[in-house]
Amino acid sequence: MSQEAIKEKSMILQKEMIEGLFNDLDHTKELGKKVCYTFVPGNLSELIRTFDMLPVYPEINALQSAMRKKSGGYIKEAEKNAHSEDVCTYVKCDVGMMMKGNIGPTGTKIPEPDVLLLSYTGCFTFMKWFETLKREYPNAKVIMVHTPYQENAKMTPSMVEYMVKQFKEEVIPQMEEVTGIKYDEAKLKRMLALSKEAEDWITKIFDTTKHRPSPIDAYFAGVYYIGPINIGFRGTEQAVEYYKELYSEIQERIRLGLGPITPEGEMKEEKYRLVVEGPPNWTSFREFWKIFYDMGAVIVASSYTKVGGVYDMGWRHDPERPLESLAEYCMNCYTNLNIPQRIDLLSKCITEYEADGYITNSIKSCNSFSAGQLGMMREIEDRLEVPVGFIESDLVDPRYFSYSNIKNRLESYFQMLEQRKMMEKETM
Amino acid sequence: MKDLKQIINECKDLAFDLNFTRAKKWKEEKPGRVLVGYMPIYFPREIIHAAGGMAVGVFGGGDRKQIIKGDAYYQSYICHIPRSIMELALDKHMDHFDGFIFPSICDVIRNLSGIFKQHKIGKFVKYMDFPQNFLPQIGGVFYQQEMEHVLEYIKEINGKVPTTDELNHSIALYNKNRQLISEIYAIRQDFPWRLTIEEVYYILRAGTVIPVEEHNEILEQVVAHIRQNIGVPQDKIKVVISGAFCEQPAIGLIKAVEEAGCYVVDDDYMLGSRMILGDIDTTTTKPLEAISNSYIKQSQYSSSIYDVNNPKEYRLAKIVKERGANGVIFASASFCDPSLLDAPIFQNAFNKLGIRYIAFQYSENINQFKVIKEQVGAFSDSIKLWEDEPAAVSNINLTATDSCKH
Ligand code: SF4
Ligand code: SF4
Repeated sequence: MSQEAIKEKSMILQKEMIEGLFNDLDHTKELGKKVCYTFVPGNLSELIRTFDMLPVYPEINALQSAMRKKSGGYIKEAEKNAHSEDVCTYVKCDVGMMMKGNIGPTGTKIPEPDVLLLSYTGCFTFMKWFETLKREYPNAKVIMVHTPYQENAKMTPSMVEYMVKQFKEEVIPQMEEVTGIKYDEAKLKRMLALSKEAEDWITKIFDTTKHRPSPIDAYFAGVYYIGPINIGFRGTEQAVEYYKELYSEIQERIRLGLGPITPEGEMKEEKYRLVVEGPPNWTSFREFWKIFYDMGAVIVASSYTKVGGVYDMGWRHDPERPLESLAEYCMNCYTNLNIPQRIDLLSKCITEYEADGYITNSIKSCNSFSAGQLGMMREIEDRLEVPVGFIESDLVDPRYFSYSNIKNRLESYFQMLEQRKMMEKETM
Repeated sequence: MKDLKQIINECKDLAFDLNFTRAKKWKEEKPGRVLVGYMPIYFPREIIHAAGGMAVGVFGGGDRKQIIKGDAYYQSYICHIPRSIMELALDKHMDHFDGFIFPSICDVIRNLSGIFKQHKIGKFVKYMDFPQNFLPQIGGVFYQQEMEHVLEYIKEINGKVPTTDELNHSIALYNKNRQLISEIYAIRQDFPWRLTIEEVYYILRAGTVIPVEEHNEILEQVVAHIRQNIGVPQDKIKVVISGAFCEQPAIGLIKAVEEAGCYVVDDDYMLGSRMILGDIDTTTTKPLEAISNSYIKQSQYSSSIYDVNNPKEYRLAKIVKERGANGVIFASASFCDPSLLDAPIFQNAFNKLGIRYIAFQYSENINQFKVIKEQVGAFSDSIKLWEDEPAAVSNINLTATDSCKH
C-alpha cells in the first residue's frame, strides 16, 4: 500500500504477524511443528493452534501469487497437466505453484503438509482441491470436516451435533495422532475468548463506514483488515492488539473527517457509497481499486470480507461452548449462507450504510459466489430501488481481467449514479 | 410382452416429456399423492414412495427447451442445466410438483435451491446435504435426519407418515429396479449390440419420471428381450463413459459415440438410478438407517462424494477392467466443476495405469457433434490398430480397492 499507509502502526503489526508466520514456516523442523494446510472459510484456526500446528492457506498463497504477477504462469502449468480452463483458478494457481517448487510469497519453499484440514465450508471446490493435493502429498493426513449448508437459513441442533461429533470423533483424535499433542480444551477456550474479542473489534471497524465520509474502504482495504483473522491469527493476543490499534487509527480519521487511505494517498471526496458482492480481482488489484477511488467511490460494505466469518449479525465464538461454537462459526461463513440470507445481509448493509449503489463483481472461477448472483442483484434492485451494476473478472487468472471493459462499465454506472443523484436533488 | 421397439419408443416419449405428463396423471388419480422433483445426481426415492408420493427426476431441458428466461439467471461461464431447470420452472412445466430436492452435488445446484426458495417455487425446496463423513454414527445419523426432514415436508402436504413396512416395501421395489438395471448392463457387457446405449438411456431416464412399479415391468420385459440372441455384432471397441452424471448430453451425442465405433458398456448418465450397488436391507426395523448405510457403504464413486479413503480413479479402473473395456471417454458438461476438477486426477492415474482415454466437453443444448464424432472415431480406430487384445488395464492391480466401501 502507499507510503502513508505503511506508516500506520496497524500495518506494521500486520506485517510482523505475517512475516513471523512465514518465518516459522521456514523453520518447521527446528521448531518441531507440524504443518496444516486449510481454507479460509470455516478455518479452525484456534483448533490448529491448540495443537501447535502452523497453518498454510493455499487460497492466500494463490492471491499473493497473483499480486506478484506469478499466477498466470502457474495456471498455465496446471492447464498443461489436464486442469480445465474453466475451473477455479485458485486451485490451478496452487497446483502450478506446487509443480514449480512450491515457492511461497517470501521466496522460500512452503513446507509440505502434515495435515490437509479440509474444512468443507461453503465451497464444493475445496473438496476437489484437497482430493487433488492428497494425490501429491500421499503422506499427509486429510481430515475432512463436513460443514452442513444453511439451506433453510438456520443452524439446527442436528447440524451442530453433526459437526461436534466430527470434531470429537474424527478431527481431534487425528490431530492428536499427527502432532502427538493431547487436546487441551482449556487452551482452546482461552483462544476462543480472544477470538470473540477480535470479532467485536472487527465488527466495530466495519461499522465505521456509517460515517460520512467513510473513514475506510470496506472492500479494497477491507481485504487487508481481514488478513489476520483469515490467516490463522484469530484467537491470538496479536490479532486483538492489531484490531484495537486499527480501530483507534480509524477513530482518529473520523475525528479528522478523513476519507479512506488509497495506494495513492487519501481519498479526497466521497462521491458514491457502494456495497460490493463478490471477491476482488487480484491480478490487477491496484488498477481495479483505482477505477473506484478515481471516481470518488468508496465501498462501505462487501460480502467478500465475510467469507472467513460473518460477525455483523451478532454471532461470536463462545468459549463456554467451544466445539459447538466452532461448528456454528463454520456454518455461518458467508458462502455457507443460502441465497435469500445473502440477499438479506447485503440489503441490510445497503440500508444501514446508506449506500448509493450495489455492484456485483462476478468471478469466473467461483461458482460458490457467482451462481445466483444475477437473481440476487435483481431482487436487491426491486426491494431497495438501488442502482445495480455488474462487472466480470477473475480472481487470479490475468486473462480474465479486461481493464477497458470493466472501466467502461463502471464509468457508465457512475454516470447513472450521478444522474440519479441530480434527479434526487431536483425533487428535494 | 410388448415388442422391444415399442417399449423403447414409449420410454423415449416418457424420458423427454418436459411436461411430466405421466407423473401429473398419476398424481391426479388419487388424493394425497405428492410429486417431488429431484435434481441430479442421487436421491433416495424410496422414502417419497413410502410416503405416498413419487420422486420425479429433473434433468434439465436438454436440446428440447429454448432458453429465454433462464439465461438471465446465469452468467455465460456457468453450466447449462440450471438455466434450463429455471426455464422449466418459470414456464410452469413443473407446476404440479409439490416440492423440490436439490442434492448436494456442487455449488451451482446448491445455489439453485436458493433461487427456487427466493421465487417460492413449490410448497417446499430442500437442499439435501448428503454426508461427507462416512461413519454410520456420525454421517449416517445426519443423513437419516436429512431424510426425516424431507418426510416432514411430505407429511405437511398429505399428512402421511410412512410405516416401517411401507418403507421396507418401497426399498424392495427400488432394489428390484436396480437389480434389473444391473442385469441390462451385465448382458450388454457381453452383447452390447442387443440394445444401443441410446436405447438404454431412454429406458433408464423414463424410469425417473414414472412410478417405479411401472418401470420395473418395463425393465423386466427389456431384460427378457435382450436375453434373446438379437442384433448383429459390429467391429467396435468397448468404452466406459465417465463424467456426464448431471447435465445430460443431447441424445445425438449419446448416439454419436456408438456410431463412431464404440460400444458403451458402462456410463454415468443416469448415475442416480444406479448409485447404490447391490440391495438395501429390507428386513430391518430401521429402514432409514438401512438406506443411510447403503449410501455410506455401497454407493458408486461420484465426483460429488469425498473419496480420499477410496480413490475414484481405481474404482473407475476397476469398472473398465470388469467390463472388458478398451478405454474411457471422459465427457464433461462445459463448466462442470465436479467433473472437470476430477479430470486431472483420473487422467494422471490412467496415464500411469496405461488406460487409454479421450476427453471432451458438451452442453445439453448443443446438437452439433461432428468434431466429437471424429475424435471418438479416431480413438476407436487407434485402439483397433494398436492392439487386438482389449483389457487395457490388464497390467494393474486393483485388488486394494473395494468398490463398495468408503
Ligand atoms: S470456488 Fe470460490 S470459494 Fe471455492 S476455492 Fe475457488 S474461489 Fe474459493
Ligand atoms: S453440470 Fe456440474 S456444475 Fe453444473 S449443476 Fe451439474 S454438477 Fe453442478
